[in-house]
Amino acid sequence: MTDPHTSDDLGARVEAAVGAALLAIEAAQTTAELQAAKAAHNGQGSALAALNASLREIAPEERKAAGQLIGGGRQQVGAAIAARQGELEAAEEAAQLEAERIDVTALPRLQRPGGRHPLTLLQEEMGDVFVGMGWEIAEGPELEHEWYNFDALNVDPDHPARSESDTFYVAPADRHLVLRTQTSPVQIRSLLTRELPVYVVAPGRVYRTDDIDATHLPVFTQLEGLAVDKGITMAHLRGTLEHLARQMFGEEARIRLRPNYFPFTEPSAEMDVWHPGMRGGARWVEWGGCGMVNPNVLRAAGVDPEVHSGFAFGMGIERTLQFRYQLDDMRDMIEGDVRFTEQFGMVI
Amino acid sequence: MRIPLSWLRDHVEIPAADPAAWLHATLVRVGFEEEAVHGGGLRGPIVVGRVLSIEEEPQKNGKTIRWCQVDVGEPNGGVRGIVCGALNFVEGDRVVVTLPGASLPGGFEIAARKTYGHVSDGMIASERELGLGDDHDGIMRLDQLGIPGEVGEDALAILGLDDQAVEINVTPDRGYALSLRGIAREVASATGQAFRDPAVIDAGEGSGFPVAIDDASPIRGRVGCSRFVVRVVRGIDSTRATPSWLAGRLRLAGIRSISLPVDITNYVMLELGQPIHGYDLGKLRGGLGVRRARPGERLTTLDDVDRALHPEDLVITDDRGAIGLAGVMGGAETEMDASTTDVLIEAATFDGVSIGRTARRHKLFSEASKRFERGVDPAVADAAAARVAQLLVELAGGELDALGARVGEVPEPAPLRIPVGYWRALTGADYTDAEARDALERIGASVEDDGEAWAVVPPTWRGDLVDREGLVEEVARIVGFDRIPAVLPVAPPGRGYTRAQRLRRRIADALASSGLTEVLVAPFVTEAQARLTGSEPVRLENPLDGERPWLRTALLPGMLDTAHRNAGRGLTDLAIFELGRTFHAVDGQGTEALPGADARPADDVLASLDALPEQPLHLAAVLVGERVRKQPGVAAVRFGVADAIEVAERAARTAGLALEVRQGERSWLHPGRTAELLLDGEVVGVAGELLPSVAAEADLPRVVAVVELDLGTLVERARVGLDTQRIAPVPAATQDLSLVVPVAVPAGEVLAAVREGAGDLLEHIALVDDYRGAGLGAGEKSLTFALRFRGADRTLTAAEASDAKLAGLAVATARHGARLRD
Repeated sequence: MTDPHTSDDLGARVEAAVGAALLAIEAAQTTAELQAAKAAHNGQGSALAALNASLREIAPEERKAAGQLIGGGRQQVGAAIAARQGELEAAEEAAQLEAERIDVTALPRLQRPGGRHPLTLLQEEMGDVFVGMGWEIAEGPELEHEWYNFDALNVDPDHPARSESDTFYVAPADRHLVLRTQTSPVQIRSLLTRELPVYVVAPGRVYRTDDIDATHLPVFTQLEGLAVDKGITMAHLRGTLEHLARQMFGEEARIRLRPNYFPFTEPSAEMDVWHPGMRGGARWVEWGGCGMVNPNVLRAAGVDPEVHSGFAFGMGIERTLQFRYQLDDMRDMIEGDVRFTEQFGMVI
Repeated sequence: MRIPLSWLRDHVEIPAADPAAWLHATLVRVGFEEEAVHGGGLRGPIVVGRVLSIEEEPQKNGKTIRWCQVDVGEPNGGVRGIVCGALNFVEGDRVVVTLPGASLPGGFEIAARKTYGHVSDGMIASERELGLGDDHDGIMRLDQLGIPGEVGEDALAILGLDDQAVEINVTPDRGYALSLRGIAREVASATGQAFRDPAVIDAGEGSGFPVAIDDASPIRGRVGCSRFVVRVVRGIDSTRATPSWLAGRLRLAGIRSISLPVDITNYVMLELGQPIHGYDLGKLRGGLGVRRARPGERLTTLDDVDRALHPEDLVITDDRGAIGLAGVMGGAETEMDASTTDVLIEAATFDGVSIGRTARRHKLFSEASKRFERGVDPAVADAAAARVAQLLVELAGGELDALGARVGEVPEPAPLRIPVGYWRALTGADYTDAEARDALERIGASVEDDGEAWAVVPPTWRGDLVDREGLVEEVARIVGFDRIPAVLPVAPPGRGYTRAQRLRRRIADALASSGLTEVLVAPFVTEAQARLTGSEPVRLENPLDGERPWLRTALLPGMLDTAHRNAGRGLTDLAIFELGRTFHAVDGQGTEALPGADARPADDVLASLDALPEQPLHLAAVLVGERVRKQPGVAAVRFGVADAIEVAERAARTAGLALEVRQGERSWLHPGRTAELLLDGEVVGVAGELLPSVAAEADLPRVVAVVELDLGTLVERARVGLDTQRIAPVPAATQDLSLVVPVAVPAGEVLAAVREGAGDLLEHIALVDDYRGAGLGAGEKSLTFALRFRGADRTLTAAEASDAKLAGLAVATARHGARLRD
């Protein structure tokens, strides 16, 4: 046997131990095997540990060189373990990730798709257009006193519209309560309660004794507009309607006014909108009624028609929705079939 | 109103090329909406023929055809052989024959052609083939239809088929436009041409016939009859045929030919707008009167209906009593018939309100009542009576009698003052003064200028013109609405949406985002549905659906119907919500009187008008079926009361509020699965699962989770402001607490007790487990809470957290007998 304490011999032993360690490290296929290799070749009781322990027996003048030799070996082994550790961890992580692969096209959905009704969305959007211009949103009761629904709006007590063939009366009828036939009562309430000038729109439900068909509903939604100020003209009415029309139907939309009759306005007009996106080609469609507020209406609301003038307009939100989305049958809007609403989702 | 073009041409010029389209375009510009075009599309020769003989020839295909010899007049080739498939006519009938060369609607060309072994030299026509209607497949038998015409005469003229009528919608303020006279004037005004007024005739006057107007109870201060003109024509032949030109025009105008004298009265009504009644003078007893009906009085009208009259009805009388419903319909007893020789013509002006009420009361809307209700020119009665007399003389061989009457006055229209330039100030258009004057004069008004303002006297037929705005409308529509520019007005700075408006929108958005679908449900319900919640409902006087005359007091009943409709269409997993008004009767709702509208009513009157049923805004949701459907790796989860409560909590949280949930009971909800939802100790809603019997009645599955909330109150009490504090940047101490309580004690109350006892250090507490079974006594349950403690400014020691927890336990023990679980 050679003297273990000669440096040549030590070098060979260190080399052998390191070589064995590196082989074991290389051979480790899992972090657990690597840990075992680490314990066997670099831990207590390993060849390198034994060599290290034998340093004590080496002559002091040779000890430093021997220490460097063994330390270098241990370092080499430590570095190999760390490197192998990194490799194995990466491989194991990759294997785990692969094992966790799932079919993202078959994942469960825990929440249902919901949706707002397109009529309320459109109502809000139309309101937004006016709020953007500084107007406010006015509201009033759906079950209204006849005075607000008719008398104050210059609808004569003997006007045919007041007959039961158009208006739902609350029993007993001699208490003068009706389901409002238009959002116009809100005009009166606004003028009675707000400071002039008044610029308001009133969206809401209205009721008529119409049998249901593709273009008539007994319950539908209107948007009423009212501007009362000094110097209001029909040009302002037209300007306002054109602005709304462009927001609703695109930049090319225009408004055409045709003479018509309503008790609450004079002059009165029917408004047609040029709808560029109409199915079958751009054309004029009837959109609603409008006009300059009849002075009798202003007087009933305590506004002096010598000082103030105003315009008013009203259109069906169902009709607006119908044109924008080419809906042939209004019944879809009120039947509550969720498929109708869900096709719109949260956007209109 | 249908306007035969040939008739209109008598009074105003119309271009020859495409006149119907031209007339529509012209009238729409001045405010008359287009409805339809009638007639047209035919070309002759189409003549009147007489069927001389019919030979029926059965065919192999089982059909029988008729080989007819038809006399169509010498100039048209005399007797022709025609094959016909229809069987509804007999030998001797007068019929319409379309001869080779004629063209029918749809481009159908008639030619002599060989068919069924004969050469058919034309066709015997049905109404359908002539474009007169879709109803009749049979041959037109002119005698049966009361249509005049000699053999060989041009049938196009007789049937009005050489003419066209344009139908327009006349707004209710423009009664004058329910006449050729009015429409011709509108066309003239719109196009700037001259106009031949058919009312300008030498009317003359009759006298000596007694007429008495005695309106003892005018309606709304308006006398029922202001003018009554009578003329008499004697010696007419009532059996004479109506000339084809007149019958054709009536037919195109939509009025059936009845007899020559009746046709003449209708013709003049259409021409001048004045309803006319013709009496058989021989059947009248004494003079005529106009008065209100007497209580109990009855009258059989021309339509053979025996009517009980109302004391407000205006009637025409003779010595026997009521003989006609004034302005609405004449009586049967004094009707003209084939033997009538002497005719008394009545042209009167009746008050529109009175006539309108009578027409509605008796559901009798005649051509006459329609015109009176919309306003008849009070100055045209003389001309109209004279025109009828003239036609009876000309066409029926009568002789104008000196007998007649003229009672009452034609009121002078009052001048309206309009400041010069008001037509610009109100419209924003640059209408010149000259244009304005021209427009007003065109519609028949006279204009006096005093420098500052004009005094405008409207014509007698424009009772609708009562203020200066009405005059501006006339200027604008005659000169053109297209001259009005578009100018966007600048509103003063607004305040945006109100807080309530914003919150409602956010709540709806939040619910939709969480998987619910918004629906809009009509508020009409049955009595049982209306009374479900115990609130007093409102009933409609005239519901559309007699089963559903009530207004909803809650949203849920109507929504159950909606859920059912969806289920019926296979949509069985459903989460729907609605934001909507409900209606609740209040004592003394409404008012007895209707205030006037001439000026702003006094404050107390306005306040009385607000005695309306309460109309709170509700939020409700109906949840049926699976909330989560079965999917790979996930079991199905069905909707239950928990989901209903969550809908309410989500809404409340959106308004910055927390609802208190407590066990509740409702007759229509599952007794063990009902939660009352409270805000500040007040119940604002209820959530639960429907009682299975209620679900079954709605034809829905056994488990239906529902919630209904007073959204108005929620929004009203939405959190305002917040007492904020610095968020403590110190670690929390978490501990669990398991305690045992009797099963009947609601967990929520135990939680509240623990929270109260634990004090300010307790930051958060949540129930994590409810255990029953081994290790516990019968009737016991163990509740485990997760507690999180935190000091305001320092890290708590474990002992401090434990002390707080035990303090919580102590309150739970005191209140509910809770003990710590070993």
